[in-house]
Amino acid sequence: MPGAQLSVVKNDSPCAQHSLLVDVEHAYAVAQFLRDDPQLRLDYCSNVTGVDFLDAELSEKVKVKKVVDGVEKEVEEVKKTKRAGYLEAVYHLYSMSLKHGPVILRQRTPGRADPVRVTSLTPLWRSCEFQEREVFDLYGVLFDGHPDLRRILMWDGFKDYPMRKDYVEPDDYEYEPTPHDDVLEKAKAHQAAQEVKA
Amino acid sequence: MSMDPTAPVDGTQFMTFHDLAYDAGKTDFQRKAQSVGQGREGELLEVAMGPQHPSTHGVFRMDVVLDGETVVKLKPVFGYLHRNHEKIAENTSYLGSMPYTDRLDYFCSLTNNWAYALSVEKLAGLQVPERAEYIRLITAELTRVLNHTCLAGFLLQDMGALGTPLMYAFREREKILDLIESLTGARMMCNYMRFGGCRCDLPPGWLDAAKKVVAEYPRFLDEFETLLSGNEILMARTQGVGKLSAELAISAGITGPMLRASGVDYDLRKVDNYGIYSRYPFRVPLGDHGDVYDRYMIRMLEMRESLKILEPALKDIPEGPVVDPKAKLRGFRPKAGEAYGRIETPKGELGFYLISDGSPNPYRYRVRPPSLINLTILEDMCLGQTVADAIVTLGSVDIVLGEVDR
Repeated sequence: MPGAQLSVVKNDSPCAQHSLLVDVEHAYAVAQFLRDDPQLRLDYCSNVTGVDFLDAELSEKVKVKKVVDGVEKEVEEVKKTKRAGYLEAVYHLYSMSLKHGPVILRQRTPGRADPVRVTSLTPLWRSCEFQEREVFDLYGVLFDGHPDLRRILMWDGFKDYPMRKDYVEPDDYEYEPTPHDDVLEKAKAHQAAQEVKA
Repeated sequence: MSMDPTAPVDGTQFMTFHDLAYDAGKTDFQRKAQSVGQGREGELLEVAMGPQHPSTHGVFRMDVVLDGETVVKLKPVFGYLHRNHEKIAENTSYLGSMPYTDRLDYFCSLTNNWAYALSVEKLAGLQVPERAEYIRLITAELTRVLNHTCLAGFLLQDMGALGTPLMYAFREREKILDLIESLTGARMMCNYMRFGGCRCDLPPGWLDAAKKVVAEYPRFLDEFETLLSGNEILMARTQGVGKLSAELAISAGITGPMLRASGVDYDLRKVDNYGIYSRYPFRVPLGDHGDVYDRYMIRMLEMRESLKILEPALKDIPEGPVVDPKAKLRGFRPKAGEAYGRIETPKGELGFYLISDGSPNPYRYRVRPPSLINLTILEDMCLGQTVADAIVTLGSVDIVLGEVDR
């Protein structure tokens, strides 16, 4: 596949299930190869899910040579880098005919702002149908090429995406007839934010 | 946050759903669905079956479009029991979610516990002592027998055999529940497994009681099958109904007895070899036709195979500790990383996908619910059949809404 960008995402846990990060444009072609290649035959997509990573500051310890009091020394310095947040769609693929797996495929969006788009793999594996709908419902990831992308667990009028890490619960649940102090305080903060926006 | 207006989210695309050629292969039913209703003069009737409907096994809705009595379109609607289990689990400690996993598939809380414990053990690299492995195997197989017994009862209830088969099934279920209660303290909400073992050892006399139940169970199965498996009405109602081809079953990620009824040899107890299943020989029953009758028979045969595992396991169980002494109960923080663990529960493959960032709470906690994914092809199985057959087909899928909606 020309131009497909693939990289391996390391997993440090003892089970060492490393995953394959594929760019959104070539995800379909790569997935089709994984399914149809006679040596792989990953005909069974077990699990599809989303993961939300917020903007984060990564700190890394770097050894730097510095001249301290006229003597050159190696000093450890903490280097801080900013990482923009992103959303991921993760696919766990197995082979029912050859009985091996898992191969873990990840698609990453460039950012967290709407709209976030990845490629739907439902045309390849029917099992993605409901699970991709669930990722759309709870994370707000849009799957290009999905035949029936609607909310699945939340109701149709629902606005936000509750599994996102920065999700804020609404203050106006119907079952909160007499809001107590905490709720009123929280509501005030939101109202202030809304006024600033307006 | 706003939705993208160009995204097909309004449901109008649903009408063209079946026109889209699935690369995974169109079924005969999909083709049939396109022809059913075409050129008919009669009006189509849309019926909402559920959420309060006795045949939906909980709060589940099927929006069915009927042409006379024939199903032309069927849309499953979920979410009535949704409480965002995954979000709750991400805001509590690893161990804090263990009791909550009981509530997923509330018939089989012990296998839910095991699937979660297995995933966390993969994530943290914990070992399970020998005796605990035996207890896990024994409780999981008891759960399988219990679940399949109940399903057979419910399935016959759906077919109109009101009461009697279900009573027989529940009578036997109660015997296993008594065992589970004396072991864990609860009939259904067991909260029994721990990371690296089990919560407590077997009470005195438990093994003998379990041996007695296991020894007597085949008699019940014989009695049940004599009455039902060859029953003319049952065969007429189930044979050739709700057929599912092997290709579509694989593509749609169907697991458990439903997959094996379509003739695909895929049992995680054999494939993944988790626990100590490799020590006990058992056969994996496979179906030929993939219809409702096959699914019923597969479960009947699986129960007998489970009893074959249980009998020697109850004799072989060694003495020893039931929990890894190195496993920490409080302040449990696995290293950063991720793990996907899965086991063969009575309903299919139950998986837990966990991401740790080194904190006491999981960063991501995902349940792969077999009941939800087994419903993917409900429409394909029901199209072109009558409403009464659709109910039987749904009954044979074996869903629990606590797990579907999470």
